[in-house]
Amino acid sequence: MAQGATTPHERQAHYWVPAPMPWPIMGSIALFLMALGAVFVFNSLRAGWVSLAAGSMLLLYMMFRWFGDVIRESEGGRYGRWEDVSFRWGMSWFIFSEVMFFAAFFGALFYVRVLSVPDLASITHREMLWPGFEGHWPSAGPAFEEKFTPMAAWGIPAINTLLLLSSGVTVTIAHWALKENRRGMLNLFLLLTILLGVVFLGLQVYEYGHAYAELNLKLSTGAYGSTFFMLTGFHGFHVTVGVIMLTVILLRCLAGHFRPDHHFAFEGVAWYWHFVDVVWLGLFVFVYWL
Amino acid sequence: MSAVADHVHGHGHAHDHHGGYRGVMRWITTTNHKDIGTLYLWFSFVMFMVGGVMALVIRAELFSPGLQVVDPDFFNQMTTMHGLIMVFGAIMPAFVGFANWQIPMMIGAPDMAFARLNNWSFWLLPFAALLLILSFFVPGGAPGVGWTLYAPLTVQMGIGMDLTIFAIHILGMSSILGSINIITTILNMRAPGMTLMKMPLFCWTWLITAYLLVAAMPVLAGAVTMTLTDRHFGTTFFNAAGGGDPVLYQHIFWFFGHPEVYIIALPAFGVISQVIPAFSRKPLFGYASMVYATAAIAILSFIVWAHHMYTVGMPVTGQLFFMYATTLIAVPTGVKVFNWVATMWRGSLTFETPMLFAIGFLFLFTMGGFTGLVLSLVPIDIQLHDTYYVVAHFHYVMVAGALFAAFAGVYFWLPKWTGRMYDETLGKWHFWLSMIFFNITFFVQHFLGLAGMPRRIPDYPLMFETWNKISSIGAFGFGLSQLLFLYIVLKAIRSGEKAPEKPWEGADSLEWTHLPTPAPYHSFETAPVLK
Amino acid sequence: MATTIHCKSTMLRTAFAAIALAAAGSAGAIQSKYNLAPPVTAIARDIHWLHWMMLIICGVIFVAVFGVMFYSIWAHRKSKGAQPADFHESTKVEVVWTVIPFLIVIGMALPATKTVVAMKDTTNADLTIKVTGYQWKWGYDYLKGEGEGISFMSRLATPREQIEGRQAKGEHYLLEVDNELVVPVGKKVRVLTTAADVVHSWWIPAFGTKQDAIPGFIRDTWFRADKTGVYRGQCVELCGKEHGFMPIVVRVVSQEDYTKWVGEKKKQLAALADDPNRPWTLAELKARGEKVYAANCVACHQANGKGAPPAFPALDGSPLVLGPKEKQIDIVLNGVVKDGKPTAMAAFGKQLNDVEIAAVITFTRNNWGNQTGDAVQPAEVKALRK
Ligand code: HEA
Ligand code: HEA
Ligand code: HEC
Ligand code: CUA
Ligand SMILES: [Cu+2]
Repeated sequence: MAQGATTPHERQAHYWVPAPMPWPIMGSIALFLMALGAVFVFNSLRAGWVSLAAGSMLLLYMMFRWFGDVIRESEGGRYGRWEDVSFRWGMSWFIFSEVMFFAAFFGALFYVRVLSVPDLASITHREMLWPGFEGHWPSAGPAFEEKFTPMAAWGIPAINTLLLLSSGVTVTIAHWALKENRRGMLNLFLLLTILLGVVFLGLQVYEYGHAYAELNLKLSTGAYGSTFFMLTGFHGFHVTVGVIMLTVILLRCLAGHFRPDHHFAFEGVAWYWHFVDVVWLGLFVFVYWL
Repeated sequence: MSAVADHVHGHGHAHDHHGGYRGVMRWITTTNHKDIGTLYLWFSFVMFMVGGVMALVIRAELFSPGLQVVDPDFFNQMTTMHGLIMVFGAIMPAFVGFANWQIPMMIGAPDMAFARLNNWSFWLLPFAALLLILSFFVPGGAPGVGWTLYAPLTVQMGIGMDLTIFAIHILGMSSILGSINIITTILNMRAPGMTLMKMPLFCWTWLITAYLLVAAMPVLAGAVTMTLTDRHFGTTFFNAAGGGDPVLYQHIFWFFGHPEVYIIALPAFGVISQVIPAFSRKPLFGYASMVYATAAIAILSFIVWAHHMYTVGMPVTGQLFFMYATTLIAVPTGVKVFNWVATMWRGSLTFETPMLFAIGFLFLFTMGGFTGLVLSLVPIDIQLHDTYYVVAHFHYVMVAGALFAAFAGVYFWLPKWTGRMYDETLGKWHFWLSMIFFNITFFVQHFLGLAGMPRRIPDYPLMFETWNKISSIGAFGFGLSQLLFLYIVLKAIRSGEKAPEKPWEGADSLEWTHLPTPAPYHSFETAPVLK
Repeated sequence: MATTIHCKSTMLRTAFAAIALAAAGSAGAIQSKYNLAPPVTAIARDIHWLHWMMLIICGVIFVAVFGVMFYSIWAHRKSKGAQPADFHESTKVEVVWTVIPFLIVIGMALPATKTVVAMKDTTNADLTIKVTGYQWKWGYDYLKGEGEGISFMSRLATPREQIEGRQAKGEHYLLEVDNELVVPVGKKVRVLTTAADVVHSWWIPAFGTKQDAIPGFIRDTWFRADKTGVYRGQCVELCGKEHGFMPIVVRVVSQEDYTKWVGEKKKQLAALADDPNRPWTLAELKARGEKVYAANCVACHQANGKGAPPAFPALDGSPLVLGPKEKQIDIVLNGVVKDGKPTAMAAFGKQLNDVEIAAVITFTRNNWGNQTGDAVQPAEVKALRK
């Protein structure tokens, strides 16, 4: 059996075990306030906004400080090869957990398309419960009476696919530049990646507006609306997070952080960006196209 | 296990133990795996008390037919919260506590790979628990939908449902972060020479459990998120009128839920695999096959989920597929049981409290496994689904299984953690009282289920009275016996006899062979050398 | 018969059956205290048989495994001077105890497979009945076969006084209903299940028939009872507050009795059919309304009209009940929907007819402290139906 991830001679003698700090508990309080606030808001209690806002601010502050500490430690040379391997494992498994989160929603999509909608249109169901239901996808279910237009694949979504795919290329070029220590090119391509992400998001927002205003396609448009907006919505949220992370990385690059052989933060974000990219391909194929 | 090369006793205590924080702040900010392990263990015990009191409310109401103690709505809230708190608040955190204390010591690591994240994983829990408990105090009270939170009953619930949903999100975050940490620690922090196949089995079971958690918890998060949007934002995932399906919820939930039961069971298997060899004074039989069996259980656990849903009206092919897959799980689990017995065979056995609980585990868990197998056959399950037979099944695997294993682990490692011995006589009392009252409580529930008593009901037809009375008496006895456990642990910590360096003759993992007792605050700042 | 299990060893089968019979106790018992209810359908008999098979196989393995363990505990203890052996591996035994259990579990699943297939075969039914789960009662509609057109609700008949301990509990406490489902003996009955609100589950232990009732979907199962008698079961899927109080009672009768029952039931239903077109007096409406209230509303709003706030509002003194009739008619007909989601206050428009709704509203407006003196006429309800 292999020796695990690192071989002894690659290891420094000590692993960096950080000192106690208050950020985690602050994060917990923040999430608690946000959860409480969200619950109140969802139940039409105005006061929830206060708690939600306070929690969000606290969370932002906490992330700012925590990441700040980590960045300082990293630039201060605390992390050697051994810690680096930990970060790699950590990020990989985190991304795996995200994959499983999307899997739940893709599962729901396949289920309604392949099982529940056709079933509701089967003879027994049509005779006894849902007269006249056709059960063709896209469908908003048997009790949905308004008309809506599903989102076409070959307009904005296709453009968005191109955008995200190219952003995958640009971030890879940036990575290559970093390894070659060509900082100008690194900054340029990182910026390009961010811009592509921002344009993607802009188009997505436009598409949502279009759906609500012209297609009568809403979150409440039955199974189609639910799966469409939840899947693309969570994806959009992940793109947003990715863009923010890329921006932080760009700022760090501009500040002269990272070395050709020591830049896990950059790589982690790049992995995340590729993950978001791959999810989009799934969306494009199963939500928009087929 | 690797032979001792040199003892690393009494290494540097140069820097400040508690990083400048004192008092409560020490515990709030700590990055030390032992501190965090302790926090997890105490938290889980408190939650066990809370969940246990809820169980007693349930048993008190069921003592006699008719409504006496609580109204039906509150009864449902009790059932729901008892299930959620026991599973997410008591059993899971208890084993994460063990992982925190033991894994770094067992693999020769200085700490967990992500010490700060570790702190966060723990400190998310009390706040999630707070949200759960808060739900009792909002209009409408806590959700009364069962721990499985089936749609569309969830849509009818009040604010408490939303609090529960967010609590589950936060619990899930905690589990995922904790698991990533454990996986990384095991893969990357082993001392040189500690190959994967030399790791104590406890580390293996946790590696695989953590994998299950990372794969399953996000799916649960998805399920409750869809519940939330169905409740408030007009989505129709679980509503036929919009093309969704209430059964879709069940599929998603059990895709998480079945791996979840192995998340509960596997670390327990790990503890038992440390305890039995130690008191048999013989190495674990079939180490490699134990590893493979654990992995096989984990893989199979993702393709059996619909055995909780035989009565929803799946196509016959679906029922058959899930039936065959489910029965297969008996094979790797059987391998484990056989290996444990073979470890005891021709050993040199002694029966201190940890060993007693391990044997109790083995005996009763296997019974629970067999009733699981009975339920796995579609026709029988269609008869027994949602009856007390199922309740009996899962308490055998979760209480006599997971909980007994946790007791075994506490007694086993308490000397290492605190440097003090517990009172052996009282420990034996704790075991025998638990063993007897457990069976009084839950054995009769098999009869109730067979005879037709549905679960989740606050009142029942007269013919079920006798068994319910017995079960309720057993439950109170079992609950009281746990106070003895609390007493034993507190007594050991405060005034226990000093523990010898190696209290268990047959224990051979690193924490026993390479570290003094009690274990120093920082164990392996430099890696031990193993051959 | 299609559902009979063919077992290689008929000897074994007979042995199992004998034990099953002995354990079932006196023939004709409707319930058992230790074991599955005595079966009255072929499927239930198969289930019984499978259960005994499992019990015996698992019992034998259990005794074997723990026989070894307890022998070891007895013989290999340190206090008796046992020295630990040092074997800790054997590929041979590992393979043996992987393969043998594998064969055993396949052997268990095979006979079960036959029963599963038989359970799913709902074709060629003599009688088809639709069962609808409501919070918290069952609706039965005879769809096809003799009795077609019969349709009624079936609710718990045990008085609240018994549940709350103010009265001695009767023999069939919680297992009695106002309208039993009646079916002929020896006929294949197909049961279609669905639900109006949340998931319920329809179960008669003696038939080995359990099927979830899922809102918006139709699922089916079947039974053929081969003994007359009254068979009782309960809702077995958590469906809210009164989940423990929605029993199921099936009366299996001879063919002649069934025909007689169908005739009577049809007459009775015709007589019961309320005439929404004639004016009703206040007293008539109140009397009728009291019954409707007791059957449909008490669970939440309570007999004293005080409800259980904040979850279930009081009707006694409620401004809404004392206010304009139209608003209240609307609530009872269509339920209360808040933020787009239905509340526990369901729409009763489909379950109750105009007379019943008019009556229950009149009752709530003229009972407890509410004394409006209004009589709400069925015609008013009819006019407000959408
Ligand atoms: C620790 C938790 C745990 C564990 C380990 C298990 C283990 C198993 N469970 Fe259990 N189960 C639960 C927790 C657990 N379960 C819970 C919580 C529920 C209810 C959830 C709810 O609805 O609220 C449940 C419900 C449940 C159901 C659904 C019942 C219903 O609702 O209708 C089924 C059906 O198949 C089932 C089956 C099994 C099987 C086959 C195993 C197997 O893994 C068991 C394998 C073990 C053995 C078989 C014994 C040892 C083996 C040998 C000695 C080898 C030789 C044996 C043979 C060859 C026969 N379980
Ligand atoms: C690992 C998890 C776990 C554990 C440890 C337990 C422990 C216990 N459970 Fe648990 N139970 C579940 C998981 C668990 N349960 C789940 C998942 C469900 C399903 C929920 C659902 O249907 O949704 C369930 C459902 C369930 C039911 C069915 C409820 C219903 O269907 O309505 C019952 C009924 O008897 C029950 C009883 C008990 C009892 C008596 C204990 C005892 O072991 C508890 C003992 C502990 C204590 C009592 C606390 C400690 C002692 C004190 C605080 C001292 C004070 C004591 C006295 C004064 C006596 N449980
Ligand atoms: C499942 C429980 C349940 C049942 C059964 C039920 N109700 Fe209600 N009812 C409610 C709830 C909950 C509300 C409050 C809805 C809201 O406003 O959120 C309510 C509200 C009402 C109101 C409005 C009261 C007010 O002050 O706002 C009336 C009138 C009413 N119900 C009448 C009835 C009648 C008549 C019946 C029987 C035919 C009945 N209810 C059966 C749960 C129930
Ligand atoms: Cu209806 Cu439970
Ligand atoms: Cu399962």
